[in-house]
Order: sequence, then structure tokens, then C-alpha cells
Amino acid sequence: MANASSVEMSTEKIWEGGNKPLGASYGKLMMWFFLLSDALTFSGFLTAYGLMRFKYENTWPIPEDVFTHFPFLEGENPLLFVALMTFILIMSSVTMVLAVNAGENKDNKGVSWWMLATIVGGGIFLGSQAWEWYHFITGDKGAIKLENGRIAHFADQEGHVISLSQLVHGMEKGHASNHGDKFTTEEVIAAFNSQSTMQLRYPGKLREYVNHGEAKALVAKAKVVQGANMVENEYGEPLFANFFFFITGFHGFHVFSGVVINFIIFYNILLGTYVRRGHYEMVEKVGLYWHFVDLVWVFVFTFFYLV
Amino acid sequence: MSDHAPKGTKWIWNIFWLLLIVTTVEVVLGIIQPEFLAKQFLGTRILNHIFIILTLVKAFYIVEYFMHVKYENKPMRFSLYLPVLILIPYLTFILLTEGNYIESMRVMQP
Repeated sequence: MANASSVEMSTEKIWEGGNKPLGASYGKLMMWFFLLSDALTFSGFLTAYGLMRFKYENTWPIPEDVFTHFPFLEGENPLLFVALMTFILIMSSVTMVLAVNAGENKDNKGVSWWMLATIVGGGIFLGSQAWEWYHFITGDKGAIKLENGRIAHFADQEGHVISLSQLVHGMEKGHASNHGDKFTTEEVIAAFNSQSTMQLRYPGKLREYVNHGEAKALVAKAKVVQGANMVENEYGEPLFANFFFFITGFHGFHVFSGVVINFIIFYNILLGTYVRRGHYEMVEKVGLYWHFVDLVWVFVFTFFYLV
Repeated sequence: MSDHAPKGTKWIWNIFWLLLIVTTVEVVLGIIQPEFLAKQFLGTRILNHIFIILTLVKAFYIVEYFMHVKYENKPMRFSLYLPVLILIPYLTFILLTEGNYIESMRVMQP
């Protein structure tokens, strides 16, 4: 075997160019180089998230407690909305493969329609992400930040977390989510002190409670936190929101660039550029990028929302 | 480059259904959080191991079929897979070990 191949090597002029050891065109190889480095960048972010999550193992917010909204549905629907976003992105990945497939058959009309579908899918995904960010930033049930910097939620007798709206306006009149209503620290403290069935619950998998008697002293020196920003958030550790903004934001920016690049290719398809060129390799190249964006989301979905 | 890729569009839809079913299984498991999968195994819940395995299955099908890596030649496949498969598990291993260690130090000195 070794003999046969060495004989073959000596007859072939491997040093005079024209050799294609990887069997891929220049443009495709460069796209792959970029995707490899981007994959390592994303893995850097996600493993950094893992590092911090392991560091704050017991107090890290549980995703099912945080992402519970679905448009036009009341109540708690954990995971449903991100599942929908995942579905949209997989769907647009499929339309992209169909575009590449149509390109191989030199079907200009087919490529343009499937590219358009891919762009629309990317747009819907970006819109969903904007909705998700809006609700994350506005906040859900609200919390208080204790003197030592820890976040705590209010819980009723049975231990279910209640919103500031329910605490202040009563369980019947208040909403399960604050819906953007702002509450002052004074009215929250007064409402807590007057209802001896209320307790505090810390975020995290340990489900730690503080009963009303002990909590009174803590609440007296606390301040209300609603929503999320880079400094503090109502869900728990400040780093949780920072990672959320950074990782989903960086991925969202990739989707946005993908939509822009897809649009440029779509425009070129309409102009007939690739009919003149005789091949649709550009569609394959942006296809690689688009599938990569989908691939990254598969991992973000698992490590941010599921695990 | 996809000289050996199958013809037609049926294979695309097959993979679409596979990805959809795997995602649905993940979401359903994530919503009901079955008790018997909450046991600890190798540092985390069995459920989390299932999530990670299902994620890798999805990633495999996206890379192999949607990104056509299955139909690239051997040197190309190795140069794409090896850096990622060596570096990412390595980085994950050292960072998670370190995270665990910092957590244990925090508990000792509050």
C-alpha cells in the first residue's frame, strides 16, 4: 500500500501547483476558515458562561423560572417561545438547503424564491429575539435586592413566587406579571410587612426560603429591582443578564449580518448575476454561513434555556 | 463540491423532520422535567446529559448534511473536525473544573 502510493506521488507533479488537497474552492475554504474561528469564539463565550454558572452553582437563576412568556398567552409557559424560535431557524435553514439544491439544478427562479423564504425566516427570528429581549429588560415578577447584594423574590404561603403587582394590589387584583408597572421600595416594604403569610425565596436550584419573621429585617434594608440591565437584574446573579445580553446578542448580530448577506445574494439572483456566471457557488457559501448560525443557536438553546 | 450529494429534495425534508423531532423531545423533557432523570451523574443531572447528547446529534446532522461536510474529501473533513473536536472539549473541561473549584473555595470562605 505504502509502495503503491509513493510510486503515485513521484509521478505526480505536486510542487507545480494545480493541486487541490482539500478539494474545495478558494472562496469556500475561506468561509470555512472563518466559520472555524467563529465556532471557537462562540465556544469561548459558552464555556465562560459554564465557568460562571459552575461558580454560582446554587444561586444561578433557573431558565424555566426566567423565560416564561409567550405572545398572547397569560401565565407561565416556559420554553415554548424559544422552541418556536428554534423551529423558525431550523425552517429557514431548510429553505436555504433548498435554495442551494435549486442552484445545483440551475433553477434561477427556484433559488430566488427559497432565498426570499430564508430572508423572511431570518427576519422573523430577529423579531422574536427583539420581543424576548424586550420582556427580559422590562422584567416579569420583580424582586428586591438585599443589603448584601443578593436578589430575593416574594413567595406566598405555598412557596410560589408572586409578582410585586400581586404583593401590592392583592392576589385577585394584581397581575401574575408586572406588565411594566413600576413599584416603589416603600410601597413594597409596607405591603410585605402587612401580610404575614408572605415569605422570601432566593433564586437558584436550592429553592431556599426565608420566613416572614426573619425576612422583615432583610426587607427593611432592601431596594426594589425590576427588569434587567448590565448592573443588576431581578432574576438573580448580575452576570446572568450580562451573559444573556452578550451571547444572544452576539448570535443575533450574526443572524442580522446573515440576513443582510442573504439579501445581497438574493438581489444578485434577481439581477441574473449567477446565470451569467454559470454557477451558484455564492449561494452555497452564504448557505454555509447561515447553517452555522443555526448550529450556534442549537448550542445556545441547550446551554441557555435547557440545561 | 457536493458531487455525491443525493438528488432531489426528499433527504432535506427527512433531516428537517429529524431535527424537529429531536427539538420537540428536548422541549417536552425541559417542560415536564421528569423526576427519575434528576439524579446526579458525572457532575450534573442525567437530564442534562440527555440534552447535550441530543444537541450533538442535531449538530452532527446540520454539519454533515446541511453543510455538506459528509461529501467533502478526507483531508477537508479532518481539518474541519479535528480543531473543533480537540479544542472545545479541552476548553470546556478546564473551565468547568476551574468553576467547580472556585465554587468550593467560596463555600469554605464565605
